[in-house]
Amino acid sequence: MIEILNFGLAALILGLAVWAVVAREAPAAVVGFIVYGLLLTLVWLQLQGIDVALTEAAIGGGLTGVLLINAAVRLRSTESTARAQRPSASTRWLAAALSATVTGALAICVLALPEPAPTLAPEVLANIAVTEVGNPITAVLLAFRAMDTLLEAIVLLFALIGVWSLAPDRAWGGRPGLLQQADPNGMLDYVARVLPPIGIVAGIYIFWIGADYPGGKFQGATLLAAMWLLVMMAGLADAPPISRSWLRWLLVAGPLAFIAVGVVGAVTAGAFLSYPHGFAKTLILVIEFALMPTLTLILGLILLGAPLRGEAA
Amino acid sequence: MKLFLDLWTVVAVVAGAFFFFAGTVGLLRFPDSLTRLHALSKADNLGLGLVVLGLLPQVDSVSAGLKLVGIWLLVLLSGATAAQWIARTFRQSGTDP
Repeated sequence: MIEILNFGLAALILGLAVWAVVAREAPAAVVGFIVYGLLLTLVWLQLQGIDVALTEAAIGGGLTGVLLINAAVRLRSTESTARAQRPSASTRWLAAALSATVTGALAICVLALPEPAPTLAPEVLANIAVTEVGNPITAVLLAFRAMDTLLEAIVLLFALIGVWSLAPDRAWGGRPGLLQQADPNGMLDYVARVLPPIGIVAGIYIFWIGADYPGGKFQGATLLAAMWLLVMMAGLADAPPISRSWLRWLLVAGPLAFIAVGVVGAVTAGAFLSYPHGFAKTLILVIEFALMPTLTLILGLILLGAPLRGEAA
Repeated sequence: MKLFLDLWTVVAVVAGAFFFFAGTVGLLRFPDSLTRLHALSKADNLGLGLVVLGLLPQVDSVSAGLKLVGIWLLVLLSGATAAQWIARTFRQSGTDP
């Protein structure tokens, strides 16, 4: 029975992938991509990768989906001219050949993997006690491979700077996104008042439980950012001008705290980002707490886009 | 008692699946956007509600049951909002794509 379900899931995902590629209209392709992300979440659940499933649902399907919807809306006016300029047959054949080569190379790599696949999972489980956290994913992300997580947080910051750099000169330092009019009798206003308390509790719960169960700061921060965006979309609060120094400090606070903990480790435990014995869990929590507001702000601001208005509210 | 609860689960989940099926058929077959929205929100509200009601006797703790009901309520709220929002956009733009 479960095999039929898995087979159907795989077939649906392949079909949606083809649909997203061949769809003529950008919005249709985006919708295909979002559903594709939701189905991938189910696949990760089937593979028992609950942490990955949560991340896929929050970031792969949700956040990236909204980014792509925004992009599709922006491109709508240019879409007909773009379609009129059909690339020549040779270009299209070249693109098809390149895509097929990449897919083929990936397929060969996956099929050539030794059976069972090489894994460090037993070593993680053998050493997890040192970190004092219960969730092996968190142990890997914040102890064994903390460097990767630090770089990930910094990359997100660069992404935000990239988004901001698209601002027109006159709006630099101003507020991102469009000004929304609040409609006190509107449905959105109601939801933006009812949902955030629930969403904030759920976000902090997912963040807090991440030490011992599936969850963590990325998934929690995505939920918090979504609640923030909802309030701004309903016009109940305006986006902060990006020139505010409190905003800039919060944006770098997480990575700075992470690096500071790393330096402390270099002095007391002999290597950058290694934790002194007995303090591992405390320091992991310090990093998580410092990263949470930074990640929430970065994710929300990336979705809001480049500043388009002056500082005045 | 156990048999009765299992029977209830089967009946309610099958009824929920029927609403999802009917909603999907409506989404594909109804003539305009507003009726399609109507079909879709029926599937969300009634279909998911019946599935949740059917699964309630099978949970092993009160908190798990509360989480199921909570999910249903959240889907009700977001589904109703999205449907209202889409319908209002159609009305204001005066078009029916």
